[in-house]
Amino acid sequence: MVQGPKLDWRGKDIISIRDLSREHIEDVLYHAQQIRPDPNLLQGRVMASLFFEPSTRTQLSFATAMQRLGGRVIGFSGTESTSIAKGESLQDTVRTVEKYADIIVMRHPLEGSARLVADTVSIPVINAGDGANQHPTQTLMDLFTIKKFHNRLDDLKIGLVGDLKYGRTVHSLAIAFTRFRKIQLRLISPPNLRMPPSVLQELTGIVSYSETDQLDLSDLDVVYVTRIQKERFPDIEEYEKVKGAYVITPKVCETLKPTAILLHPLPRVDEITPEVDTLPQAKYFEQVQNGVPVRMALLKLLLLGA
Amino acid sequence: MSDGELKVSKIKNGTVIDHITAGMAPAVLKILGIEQGCHDTVIVAMNVRSQRLGLKDMVKVENRVLEAETVKKIAIVAPHATVNIIKDFAVVQKIPVELPQELIGIVRCSNRNCITNIERVTSYVVVESREPLRLRCHYCETLIEGPYASVLLL
Repeated sequence: MVQGPKLDWRGKDIISIRDLSREHIEDVLYHAQQIRPDPNLLQGRVMASLFFEPSTRTQLSFATAMQRLGGRVIGFSGTESTSIAKGESLQDTVRTVEKYADIIVMRHPLEGSARLVADTVSIPVINAGDGANQHPTQTLMDLFTIKKFHNRLDDLKIGLVGDLKYGRTVHSLAIAFTRFRKIQLRLISPPNLRMPPSVLQELTGIVSYSETDQLDLSDLDVVYVTRIQKERFPDIEEYEKVKGAYVITPKVCETLKPTAILLHPLPRVDEITPEVDTLPQAKYFEQVQNGVPVRMALLKLLLLGA
Repeated sequence: MSDGELKVSKIKNGTVIDHITAGMAPAVLKILGIEQGCHDTVIVAMNVRSQRLGLKDMVKVENRVLEAETVKKIAIVAPHATVNIIKDFAVVQKIPVELPQELIGIVRCSNRNCITNIERVTSYVVVESREPLRLRCHYCETLIEGPYASVLLL
């Protein structure tokens, strides 16, 4: 990866992939590739990790990233033991937190909460997921993984598989690809879990895409599989109907190109069988590992600049 | 009146909202708060022939001068409207009906799970496209298509 023009990151927020240009994305990926653990780099800095709803990977990888750079982590997971349980507003909570910390990483169940917090406080804010809306650092680590294996983010055939209606990771990834050239997206999902028209509208005229319910993966460079998320269904019967619709098995993987990579934002339930894990195309655990360097790079850029 | 056959009474003092998109006069009345009752004279004309729009609606309200926020709301439901302030039967001021780039506290976000619909936060919507009207919530990024915007007015 080659460093582009020096961008001004210090004090910025990372709220939505829509805020990031190609230059921004490539700069983060460049720094993620370069960064190494350094116990002195963020020594004395404090990251507030505000997880209003549970998370395993995101919360732990942010904490790991901060600690590998010598910073400290404060915060909470769940709201039971906080003033929020007493009815404190989100804005009041973060106005307090900014007095203690240098940067906020937040996950919250309500859409728009991250932007509200960024508008409220003067320290940098990283959105670690706001409801069904955005999770930009997931998208950056997805792109980092794709770039690592294909050495490019242009001229790729990408299949997005599974829940394309409720899955925020696929919305963000599809929008991110509007920043790159010669991308062909194949949107593979049951008819009732298609990509929302509002996302398709953003792709139109920029990214070539097709929608299908057939699991045809044979010519793809990247296959991105998503979990059909029970918690996003207002109607449990609708969930039961579609939960096993697109399962990746070793037999399905026989149709993949040898150079194809299989990604998944995790956690998976039964959409990729465990036997697939040892196949050469299975890269989802490397993808999750890439969350750490990408988040290390972001913490460094927002706190210290490029 | 340039639109030929239209014959409605003139008002002495007040506001004439002309060139309202045909069928949208009731929405304009709602914005003006007139559907909740009004003591002054209100004249409504719907589906009147117009050289510019084909068909148009028109609303005349006596003894009422519109505030800037009200004009922004009218721009959402009737982007081609013209607002004329009348004094002694003559037009003394024309207020341009222009949709600003940002609407703050004017349109509610359509997403029930948006922070602005749960916490005490002023709505903030960005105009992405004027025609066709497309708005996007600054906070949750939900796209609000034109036809829905009129029912989300605050």
